[in-house]
Amino acid sequence: MAIASSGIGTADIETASAYDVERVRADFPLLRQTIEGQPVAYLDNAATTQKPQAVIDALVRFYTEDCSNIHRSVHRLGERATEQYEAARGKVRTFLNAASEREIVFVRGTTEGINLVAQSFRSRLAAGDEVLITGLEHHSNIVPWQLACEATGANLKVAPLNEKGEVDLDAYRGLLGSRTKITAFAHISNALGTVNPIEEMIRAAHAQGVPVLVDGAQAAPHLPLDVRALDCEFYAISGHKMYGPTGIGALYGKEKWLERLPPWQGGGDMIRSVTFEKTTYNELPYKFEAGTPNIAGTIGLGAACDYLQALGRERIARYEQTLLAYGTELLCGVPGLRMVGTAAEKAGVLSFTMAGVHPHDVGTVLDSLGVAVRAGHHCAQPVMDRFAIPATTRASLGLYNTRAELDRLAAGLRRVGEMFR
Amino acid sequence: MSQLGDLYQELILDHSKRPRNFGRLAGANRMAEGFNRMCGDKITIFVEVEGDIVKDVHFEGSGCAISTASASLLTGAVKGKTRAEAETLFENFHNLVTGAPTPGVDFGKLAVFAGVSEYPARVKCASLAWHTLHSALAAEAPEAEPVSTE
Repeated sequence: MAIASSGIGTADIETASAYDVERVRADFPLLRQTIEGQPVAYLDNAATTQKPQAVIDALVRFYTEDCSNIHRSVHRLGERATEQYEAARGKVRTFLNAASEREIVFVRGTTEGINLVAQSFRSRLAAGDEVLITGLEHHSNIVPWQLACEATGANLKVAPLNEKGEVDLDAYRGLLGSRTKITAFAHISNALGTVNPIEEMIRAAHAQGVPVLVDGAQAAPHLPLDVRALDCEFYAISGHKMYGPTGIGALYGKEKWLERLPPWQGGGDMIRSVTFEKTTYNELPYKFEAGTPNIAGTIGLGAACDYLQALGRERIARYEQTLLAYGTELLCGVPGLRMVGTAAEKAGVLSFTMAGVHPHDVGTVLDSLGVAVRAGHHCAQPVMDRFAIPATTRASLGLYNTRAELDRLAAGLRRVGEMFR
Repeated sequence: MSQLGDLYQELILDHSKRPRNFGRLAGANRMAEGFNRMCGDKITIFVEVEGDIVKDVHFEGSGCAISTASASLLTGAVKGKTRAEAETLFENFHNLVTGAPTPGVDFGKLAVFAGVSEYPARVKCASLAWHTLHSALAAEAPEAEPVSTE
């Protein structure tokens, strides 16, 4: 009897630690559908992720049971909505390990988070100042800074990439200087999958007294995050890339930096008092949340945080790493395929070209086999220019992908090679 | 899979691998550039117009199989046509790839693009060369502004 129960105990522990991807897949209703008679192999997770039932339920529940505006109603519905909205802030705080909920600002997504900082930062930029980014940035971490530079006369500097798609750290360090007012870079490249050594990059920036914004859009679904350990000043994430709803994201900012920056949008909820002569702003984080926010989306984002925490972010990262290694080896065996982005540290992305075949044709053939990938420049045209290619085909992984799906991808690519030979 | 075969017909694959009338045209007196920003396709069309006749058309650039084959087949289709006939052909071609072919029109080789209508994302690929030709013909000046199908 004792032996039997100890046996059961061991099995339980093993079950708890093993990653049961089929069970995970069952949480995502969209994955049940078929395309061309085959279950959809969704490999476009860097563009957006599918939503677990728990997130969908959170949205439906809000609109079915609790719909009301927040922060202003005395009635019960308003109280419930406010409570859930603020509970979501707490969940995002935990997700990022921020020190306080005052440091979590809800925004539409990473793009808006970066725009908030870039626009508010204009008051701290003058002609001759510099903003430093890297060669692997998404357009959303380039254009807001270009706008800020145009408006202030500051200059945009770019740390180049090496052949593998890694930031040239020596060049990055060399570009940090007394003129640098802020540096901004992605945690993980959406086009190449490169994981930047951001701890080191943040330390180097701080050694020069330069604040750091990290674009965490691609990192949030793949890695455990700890903004306090990273010590960055700002960290931006998107809900829809981490299994949450579209149109909602969060900006983490160190409290003293958020205090320092002026508000970027005016309106309701961001003020303490308004007269025609003078307006005083609300406390953090409301100073940056003008107007009625995406309440349902925020609650959905909170549900996504819960989902990822419950599944275990370390476990997800480990599982996805084995999947990436499997996919990398598999694709490297496909004739004519060239991997674009071969950094030593990568997460979630297999970006490649096929000799003599345009990515759009690759994408269409794969789609006919029920395999969804992205073909194009991935909103990172400078990355494409760096590798002297117009576009790539990108398969990007999520926590519900399987080896069997990658097998289908590889088989599809072999077929592409045969068709266009 | 049968739909995929409809899209990538032999004639399309052939023209995408061995595009006809590829390269600059020495006698060109009209030229236009076309871009599809979504996928980075880029095309330059060179046209020699004599009076009202499209005497010759060449193209160069890079793109997917559909856009390359479309440009290649376009050059053959409009050669010798009047400008008005070329524009009508563009209109008919557009109707064909968007799934509403004008009844009674003989598309000749261009009929191979009928399969594109099943792939809305690829309509822009198929029509890029035609938009660019339209821009080249519409231009009074020797060089037209770049067009975009985005």
